[in-house]
Amino acid sequence: MSEEPAVAIRRLTKAYRRGGQVVPVLNDITLDIPAGDYVALMGPSGSGKSTLLNLIAGIDRADGGELRVAGADINMLDEAELADWRARSVGFIFQFYNLMPVLTAFENVELPLLLTGLSRGERHSRVEAALEMVGLADRMEHYPSELSGGQQQRVAIARAIITDPVILVADEPTGDLDRASADDILALMGRLNTELGKTIIMVTHDPYAAQRARSIRQLEKGELRGTLKAAPEGKS
Amino acid sequence: MYWLKLTLRNALRHKLRTLLTLLGLLVAILSFGLLQTVVDAWYTGANSAAPDRLVTRNAVSLVVPLPIHYRDKIRGLDGVRSVAAANWFAGVYQEPKNFFPQFAIDAAPYLAMYPEYRIDSDQLREFMRDRKGVVIGRKLADTYGLKLGDVLPLRGTIFAGNWEFVIRAIYEGATPRTDTSQMFFHWQYLDETLRAKAPQRSSMSGVFVVQVTDISRAAEISAEIDAMFRNSPAETLTETEQAFQIGFIKQTEAIVIAIRIVSFVVIFIILAVMANTMAMTARERIAEYATLKALGFGPVFLGGLIYGESLAIALSGAALGIAFTFPVAGWFGAKMGTLFPVFEVSNETVWLQLSCAVVVGITAALLPARRAARVRIVEGLRAIG
Repeated sequence: MSEEPAVAIRRLTKAYRRGGQVVPVLNDITLDIPAGDYVALMGPSGSGKSTLLNLIAGIDRADGGELRVAGADINMLDEAELADWRARSVGFIFQFYNLMPVLTAFENVELPLLLTGLSRGERHSRVEAALEMVGLADRMEHYPSELSGGQQQRVAIARAIITDPVILVADEPTGDLDRASADDILALMGRLNTELGKTIIMVTHDPYAAQRARSIRQLEKGELRGTLKAAPEGKS
Repeated sequence: MYWLKLTLRNALRHKLRTLLTLLGLLVAILSFGLLQTVVDAWYTGANSAAPDRLVTRNAVSLVVPLPIHYRDKIRGLDGVRSVAAANWFAGVYQEPKNFFPQFAIDAAPYLAMYPEYRIDSDQLREFMRDRKGVVIGRKLADTYGLKLGDVLPLRGTIFAGNWEFVIRAIYEGATPRTDTSQMFFHWQYLDETLRAKAPQRSSMSGVFVVQVTDISRAAEISAEIDAMFRNSPAETLTETEQAFQIGFIKQTEAIVIAIRIVSFVVIFIILAVMANTMAMTARERIAEYATLKALGFGPVFLGGLIYGESLAIALSGAALGIAFTFPVAGWFGAKMGTLFPVFEVSNETVWLQLSCAVVVGITAALLPARRAARVRIVEGLRAIG
């Protein structure tokens, strides 16, 4: 009856070791994020929100608990399996875009498709469609250094969706942008959620950006404190 | 294809750094090539020795001559095709720095034993007719602007006095690696002069060059020659021409070893430079490697990028270094005159240069590739901001 959530977290814990000292970062986190949701994770610095995002994205390892993302128990995957899973299931949007400076916008977006078995023609038509969608069809041959911050982030978003992943994770996606560019990016992310049905999990300090999400979850000292904004009926 | 594109663009990302590294590689590979060519030049005599030629010398020392009548005894042995006396002359042409080898020889048998010295038949006839005639090599003629008919004055060192010769023939080398910096004249002329001026030194020869009919019997005939003169006042030591030449080179082996060490030190230095370049490169790109890993690329792809970039730079530098080696070696060889009879860059040297570049490229990428493969994505991503 009930659809499996995109992210199902049970009693998740994570700690860092610094100079022989164990510093707990996440304590006993339990959380479900339904497929198609758009969640903002907020909280003060050091609250563990980026760590939680990294665990969900499969780029860090939990110390304990269960973590099912996009149908996979990712705690059980080895490094190679996890890399394959990330390539298929997760799209990344970083604060500083993380584009390859020596590749054009087109080549940056094409990059994740190299891990698929798609032909060159198929890759090219997909990349053109993705860049069209983010409004950069006329900037395909531009290098990142020739694009504004907002444009670079749009290239990064095109790269994030090019493999049609289930989940998009965004770490401070507007943190390096002016308000107008941030608005564009947030609008684009909203479209990805509503039009393409992508599940988006966004870490942000910016309440304005967080308000664009369907729901806002608050973390403090490694624990979920509550929901600042609930998802609309029927979504959560 | 994509990997190649990314590798080459990465290699050209910091143009000044890549240019300076290429410059360093060029100088190192060029220096290595030149030093290897110097070592090759040292061994020219040994490498051009023929397997059917033996050299008989005094067992005590090369500087102690042998009685000339040994020649006939050796010639009488079964399996010996020909014997020729050869005497190191060591005259000075104009000034001591104008060094070139000079030998007093039994002209007819000696030159017949060395078909690699190509002499025009008319010139050879002129030489054989003239008691004071000499045959000189093409390189020697070109170095000092000597031509047929010129008088060649030498000041004797081993054989005192002023000696005058007339150039009757100029020989060409059968191959580019044939030594054409030598001078040959009639042993009879030396001996007749000594008879008049220093009779106690006449009727002697520094060495005998012996040609055998069957190469497989060279060792046996060497032993027979030495046995024939055992317990005589002048015992002999006979060895192949190559062994004789190597023994000669061994006297200066320390120099060769020093040159070899320096050439490898040069490669080690450029390895350090290249490793530094690649370490800087990898450190700057940690965030990119982390991003690629986040996107699903594995350590093999990252390693390929780093090894590819390192090899691309190293091989480009090597290509430039090798391209420059040939003209620089030509200039250097000309400047050295007859000191190095043959100064040719060998194929083996070019392969060594290329191999060194490959080793440098791979070694310089080892640690950066390991670091990139091991970088934790979360830590790598933090490096950006």
